[in-house]
Amino acid sequence: MQTSFAPAQLADPQIATSEQILRKCVHCGFCTATCPTYVTLGNELDSPRGRIYLIKDMLENDRPADEEVVTHIDRCLSCLSCMTTCPSGVNYMHLVDHARVHIEKTYERPLGDRLVRAVLAAVLPYPGRFRLALKAAGLGRPFAGLLKRIGPLKPFGTMLDLAPSKVAPASIADTPGTHRVDGLKRGRVAILSGCAQPVLRPEINEATLRLLARLGVEVVVPENAGCCGALVHHMGREEQALEAARRMVDAWLKVKVDGGLDAVIITASGCGTTIKDYGHMLRLDPDYAEKAAEVSALARDITEYLSGLELPVLEKRALTVAYHSACSMQHGQKITMAPKVLLSNAGFTVRDPGEGHLCCGSAGTYNILQPEISTTLKARKIRNIEATKADIIATGNIGCITQIATGTAMPILHTVELLDWAYGGPKPALLETRD
Amino acid sequence: MLDRRETIVADLADLLPPGCLVSDVRGLVPFETDAFIAYRRVPLAVALPETTAQVAAVLKYCSRYGIPVVPRGAGTSLSGGAIPQEDAVVIGLSKMTRILDIDFPNRTATVEAGVTNISISEAVMPEGFFYAPDPSSQLACTIGGNIGMNSGGAHCLKYGVTTNNLLGVKMVLFDGTIIELGGKALDAAGYDLLGLVCGSEGQLGIVTEATVRLLARPEGARPVLFGFSSSEEAGACVAEVIGSGIIPVAIEFMDKPAIGICEAFAKAGYPMDVEALLIVEVEGSEAEMDATLASIIDIARRHGVTTIRESQSATEAALIWKGRKSAFGATGRIADYICMDGTVPLSKLSEVLRKTGEIAARYGLRVANVFHAGDGNMHPLILYNINDPEDAARAEAAGNDILKLCVDAGGCLTGEHGVGIEKRDLMLHQFTQADLNQQMAARAAFDPQWIMNPSKVFPLEGRPTA
Repeated sequence: MQTSFAPAQLADPQIATSEQILRKCVHCGFCTATCPTYVTLGNELDSPRGRIYLIKDMLENDRPADEEVVTHIDRCLSCLSCMTTCPSGVNYMHLVDHARVHIEKTYERPLGDRLVRAVLAAVLPYPGRFRLALKAAGLGRPFAGLLKRIGPLKPFGTMLDLAPSKVAPASIADTPGTHRVDGLKRGRVAILSGCAQPVLRPEINEATLRLLARLGVEVVVPENAGCCGALVHHMGREEQALEAARRMVDAWLKVKVDGGLDAVIITASGCGTTIKDYGHMLRLDPDYAEKAAEVSALARDITEYLSGLELPVLEKRALTVAYHSACSMQHGQKITMAPKVLLSNAGFTVRDPGEGHLCCGSAGTYNILQPEISTTLKARKIRNIEATKADIIATGNIGCITQIATGTAMPILHTVELLDWAYGGPKPALLETRD
Repeated sequence: MLDRRETIVADLADLLPPGCLVSDVRGLVPFETDAFIAYRRVPLAVALPETTAQVAAVLKYCSRYGIPVVPRGAGTSLSGGAIPQEDAVVIGLSKMTRILDIDFPNRTATVEAGVTNISISEAVMPEGFFYAPDPSSQLACTIGGNIGMNSGGAHCLKYGVTTNNLLGVKMVLFDGTIIELGGKALDAAGYDLLGLVCGSEGQLGIVTEATVRLLARPEGARPVLFGFSSSEEAGACVAEVIGSGIIPVAIEFMDKPAIGICEAFAKAGYPMDVEALLIVEVEGSEAEMDATLASIIDIARRHGVTTIRESQSATEAALIWKGRKSAFGATGRIADYICMDGTVPLSKLSEVLRKTGEIAARYGLRVANVFHAGDGNMHPLILYNINDPEDAARAEAAGNDILKLCVDAGGCLTGEHGVGIEKRDLMLHQFTQADLNQQMAARAAFDPQWIMNPSKVFPLEGRPTA
């Protein structure tokens, strides 16, 4: 596509990167067809091609973001379905990330929106605060309906809806330390404990630790870790995101110095997409560029890592699994077959729901910030999943788990919980009541 | 017109539900072009109606005030069919995406105009049916746009193009009148106005619903790759296959640059050591496919085929087609392009390919060829740098020369992409003024005010003065 940036603009490395991305787009329109918001709203401005054009126009004219642009960029889920579809290789992710930073720097959101975003950014990335907030949410739940009727406070009502009724205490999987293995050590990895996931579903990382221990892999829960920065990154809060990225890079590379590091294991694909992008995010930071690229290269989704361990093929069991591929898994990280092969080898019958490329509407904080579109997408996703007539749902991202669980009676688990069970671990509590 | 912009926008807002009108100056910019990005004009407003009645209301309003209207489906036109003009209201059909009726006993589907081409096949696939015309943009392009351009596709060699698979339409005329043409049957009484409407580039009315033929899926289908050491040999092979009376379901051509581009995206396993590649798809029972293939292989051997590779699985077959169908978009990885659409008699294929290369070389430009060889529908992609005005001018001039070459070889300007704005000024190379006058008279019978997509198809000079 034609671009018109002045040489002075192109001296800004962010602009230069975005210009190269825009130059690849030939405006063919294929991306519109697989974009969840275009499919839902039918307006080009809510499609990748429309957003690319809005961003191009804003950046070329060196203009602060305005309401029209912000509306349509905010509606983007960052599911990256467009990147799977795009034949031209347009890096929409880096372009929309740039646009979000530009919006954050140049646009003043209405007070209610600012408040909601500030609360999300101050609570979600911190497990301690998040756990407290969820306990408070239990008390606040009766007010959800009321909050949702007050326009600017609506997202708080949605948050109360999404909050689980029981909050688990802090888990062993979050405590820094080294989980050594008895016998032959096959590898040494570090794990991302994360922020929201250990509060919402500590079982996921607990299952990961058990399974890896049985497989002879030493797992380090690093000191001074925490949120990977993805949540704030998607909100355009660049400094906060980069600070988190640097902290994580330091934490994991210390593990390497202490005793070697084969991989950084991630059990939430939303985080994985961002961590694999640390190299790009910190490319302009001379102190961190190289280290961040190293961490990105070490990052593995748990299913990617397990695929390399050649687990034995088990006998078929009478349980059918609808595998929901998180957008960050299939589009962000291009991991499509590994989780299904693992589940199938572990004895589960795996089914693919229709329209698997479409987002469930979770998308980080999207279900809180854009509840209408999110709810429509959730209903569509659940229709497709339930049509498989599977017994349970498996997926690899905590956001999808929380989102989908609020709309169906089918139990939804992380892939690794099922694998841990199949390879000798305890039956997941969610399935205890079932045969 | 532009002075009245605020009034027009306010009036349109009254005719449409909330969220169905784009009038913000920022929001209008992304509608300034389609997939023919060499040309751009920001429209006055964009209406996104949800029903035929709303389309009718907007058209009635626009005709009353003489406001030009440009219909838009998914905006995937390669000839600029959906590119607006500054004084026009764009009517986008992207919210009209319902499949209204699927009738297996009569083998028809009735859908709203904004339904994508592939959605029709997806909806009937579980029952063993499909909708045949398959433009490479079928993932995104709409049936309304397909009707506007009489779109083709790889598999049209055997099954015909849109007009051969369209049974009826509901259409809104320039003044808001809603008419229906055709129906569910293969024949309709009276003039074949449906034939006139299909390919009329949004100038006779706006189609809001279409009834199309469904076909039973073949027992099996197998794409086979044939590699050659020159484009001329591949071209001659195509002419002999068709000349011998064999009609495979598809014969697609790619030259070396195109193979490289497609392989980079699809990783389909195309042979990289050949100068030209044919994707020949045969279908039917195993025995039928084997027999057809044996005859084609015989012919290919006579033309020096160097590689023959059959797809071994459904996944491989899908990748072969994914690569081919993404060819234009994938070209964006290496350069900007304009895509030609000339059609030539098969006997001239080799000659036109050679001369196309010579024209590109004369302008100092690269060209990649990827096209529907079986029906002689060529798509030279002229590669250039759109940020360099001189390069862009050269590309346009080379394109004009190539299209004239096609016409002079006994072919035509457009096989399936439509005239749009891209080939408008070349129409006099194809037709006499008397020919065009008659076409314009037919057009004026539907739209006496010339408000429907008015800047397209016919050269600006020589139009009737209203």
